[in-house]
Amino acid sequence: MSKPRKIALVGNPNAGKSALFNALTGARQKIANYPGVTVERKSGRLVLPSGEPVEMTDLPGSYSLDPTSPDEAVTAKVIRGEFVGESAPDVLVVVLDASNLEQHLVFAQEIIALGKPTVVALNMVDLAERDGLVIDPMALEQALGIKVVPTVAVRRRGLTELAEAVAAAEMRHPGPGLTDLTMTERRVAAHAMADAAILSESKRHRLHARLDRVLLHPWMGPIILFAFLFVMFQAVFAWATPFADALEAGVALLTDGVKGIVPPSLARDLLTEGVLAGVGSVVVFLPQIVILFFFILVMEASGYMARAAFLMDRMMAGVGLSGRSFIPLLSSFACAIPGIMATRSITDPKDRLTTILIAPLMTCSARLPVYAVIIAAFIPQRSVGGGIGLQGLVLFALYVAGIVGAMAVALVLRRSVTKGAASGFIMELPKYQLPAAKDLLIGLWQRAWIFLRRAGTIIFMVTVVLWLLLNFPRAGRGENQVDVSIAGRIASGLSVVVEPIGFNRDMALALIPAMAAREVAVSSLATTYAVAATDDENAQAMALGDQLKAKWTLPMALAFLAWFVFAPQCMSTIAVTRRETNGWKWPLFMMGYLFGLAYIAAGATYWIAVEAGL
Amino acid sequence: MTLDLLPAGQSARIVSVDWSRLVDEEARRLRALGVDDGARVKVSHKGVFGGADPIALAVGRMTVALRRAHAAAMEVEIL
Repeated sequence: MSKPRKIALVGNPNAGKSALFNALTGARQKIANYPGVTVERKSGRLVLPSGEPVEMTDLPGSYSLDPTSPDEAVTAKVIRGEFVGESAPDVLVVVLDASNLEQHLVFAQEIIALGKPTVVALNMVDLAERDGLVIDPMALEQALGIKVVPTVAVRRRGLTELAEAVAAAEMRHPGPGLTDLTMTERRVAAHAMADAAILSESKRHRLHARLDRVLLHPWMGPIILFAFLFVMFQAVFAWATPFADALEAGVALLTDGVKGIVPPSLARDLLTEGVLAGVGSVVVFLPQIVILFFFILVMEASGYMARAAFLMDRMMAGVGLSGRSFIPLLSSFACAIPGIMATRSITDPKDRLTTILIAPLMTCSARLPVYAVIIAAFIPQRSVGGGIGLQGLVLFALYVAGIVGAMAVALVLRRSVTKGAASGFIMELPKYQLPAAKDLLIGLWQRAWIFLRRAGTIIFMVTVVLWLLLNFPRAGRGENQVDVSIAGRIASGLSVVVEPIGFNRDMALALIPAMAAREVAVSSLATTYAVAATDDENAQAMALGDQLKAKWTLPMALAFLAWFVFAPQCMSTIAVTRRETNGWKWPLFMMGYLFGLAYIAAGATYWIAVEAGL
Repeated sequence: MTLDLLPAGQSARIVSVDWSRLVDEEARRLRALGVDDGARVKVSHKGVFGGADPIALAVGRMTVALRRAHAAAMEVEIL
C-alpha cells in the first residue's frame, strides 16, 4: 500500500491511550479543537522505522461506534471519514487494556470490521501481570486476524514494534462473519477470544479492590475525599509562595533593569508601567495554577477522579445532577474552559446544560490573582487557631461561596429552565494506577503553556490598550492623569452603576478590561495605580497591596471579592459556552444571571460590612 | 430478585432487563459497558453515608457505577 500519512489511536476510555500517545509522540504535541465542536484534538508526530514522520492523533475514548455522547460522536465520524474538515486516518491503532480484554475486544471488533488498515496495541501488559494475568498475543492475533503488539507505554516497551506494525499495516477484506454482528454476538466472541488468549489467571486479590474498600467506604470515603480536597487548596497557597515570590522579585529586577538602561520617556513608562506591571502581576500566579493542575492531573491519571464522582453522586443528585457533573466542576476550579469541555461526557443533555451554566461559579485559577492580592492587602495574617490562618480561611470561604452558589443555581435551574426527568449516573471506575511522571509533566507543561500564552497575548494586549487609554489625553498641570484620561472618563460613567454596591472609580476601571479575563483586574489595578503614581516617587515604590490599602476600605475590598465570586468576567468562557450550546441563547442567559448575582452579592456584602462597622 | 436488592459481595447473573424503564442513551451505555442479559455481576460497593445510591458493580474485570433506579430494572439470579 501507499505510505501512511495519518495514524489515529482509538480505544475504550481507560485503555491507557493517552499514556501510549505521549510515549509515541513525545512532548511536542498540538492541542486544538475539532472544527465546529469543542472536542479536544490532540496530535503529535510519530516517527516510522523508515525515519519518516507521520501525524498521529489521539481520538476521544469510546465504547462503541454507536455514540452516546458528543465525544464519542467525533471518534465515530473521524474513523468513518465523515467528519467535515478532518481527513480519515490511514491506519488505526486499537488500544486494548490487557487486563480488561473481554470488555475492550467488543469495540475492537467493531473497528477491525471496518476493514481499514488496523494494528492492535495490547497495552498495560505489566499491570495485567501484576493482577496475575498471562496473555498470549499470538492467540489474539489469530483470533482478530491482524497484528497484535504488546506494549507498556510508561516503560516504552513495544513502541518500536508498534511503529513497524503501523508502517506495514494494510487494507483487509474482513470475512463476512465479522462485519454485521450485533453487540451481543460481539460480546460472546470477545469472551471466547479473551478466554483463548488468557494463558493463566490467578485469583489473587487485586490491589484496586483493596483500595476501593477504603476509598469507596460509605463513611470513610467521603471524609478522605474532603481531606484530600482541603490539602489540595492549602497546597495551592503554601507551596506556591516561594516560587511566586521569586517570580515577583524577577519582575522587579527586570523593571529596575529597564529603568537603568532606557532614559525616562513615555515609551519607558509603557514598558514598565504597562507591560511589566500588567503582565508581571499575572505571571506570578503561574506556580499556583501549576500546583492546582498537578492535583487534578494526579486524580485523573490515578483513577481516583472516577471514585470522587462516585462519592459525590448522592450529593449532586440532591440538586438534580449526577456524579458525572463533579468531574467537569472540579476541573473548573482550575479553569472553566476545560471544565465546560469536559461536560461532553455527560449523556443527558439537560444535565450537561445545567453543568455548563454553573461551571463558571467554581473558583477558577484566574480568580486566584484577584483574591490573593485583595486578601493579602486587607486580611491580617494571623492564626485563628489549629494552624489555620485567617487568610486561608477567607479564601476557603470564597471557594465555598462559589460552590454553594452553584448548587443553589443548579437546584433552581433543574426546576425551571432545564426541567426534566432526573438523570442517571453510569460510569466506569477504572483500575488504580500510579501516574507516570512523564505524563504528568506533559500535562502540566501544556496547561502552563496555555496560561503563559494567554499572558503573552490577551493580557499583554489588554494591558497595553489600557495603558494607552489611561495616558491619553495627557493631563495638564495640576490635573490628575487618571481623571482626564479616556479610561478614567469611561470608568466615571460606569461608576454610577456600581457606586450603590460600594465600588469606586478605580474598581469600575478594573472591571472593564477584566471582561477579557479576570486576572486582568489585577494587572489593570497595577497599571492604574502605577500611572497615577508617576509623579510621586513614594507612591511609586509602594507595592500594589499597599496602594490598595491606602485607597480602599475593608467593605469595598470584601464587596470586590464577592463580585468576583459570581461575575462572568471571561470572554473565553462565554465563547466556549456559545460553541458548546450551539448559539447565543445560553451564553447570554449565563451572563445575565451571573452579573445579576454578582451585583446582589457585592452590594449585600458591602452594606452588611458597613453596618457591621468593618 | 432485582439487582438493587442484591447484597454486597454476592455474585449473581442478570437474567432479564426491562430496557423500557431506562432512557435510550443509558440503556446503550449500560450495554456498551457489558451490563446486559446474561452478564455475571457482583455488587462491590453500595451507597455513601448509609444511602443506597450509587452502586459499584463488578462486571468481569471491570467496575461500573450505576444508580439504584437502573439496578431495579434488572432481574438477577443468585449464583
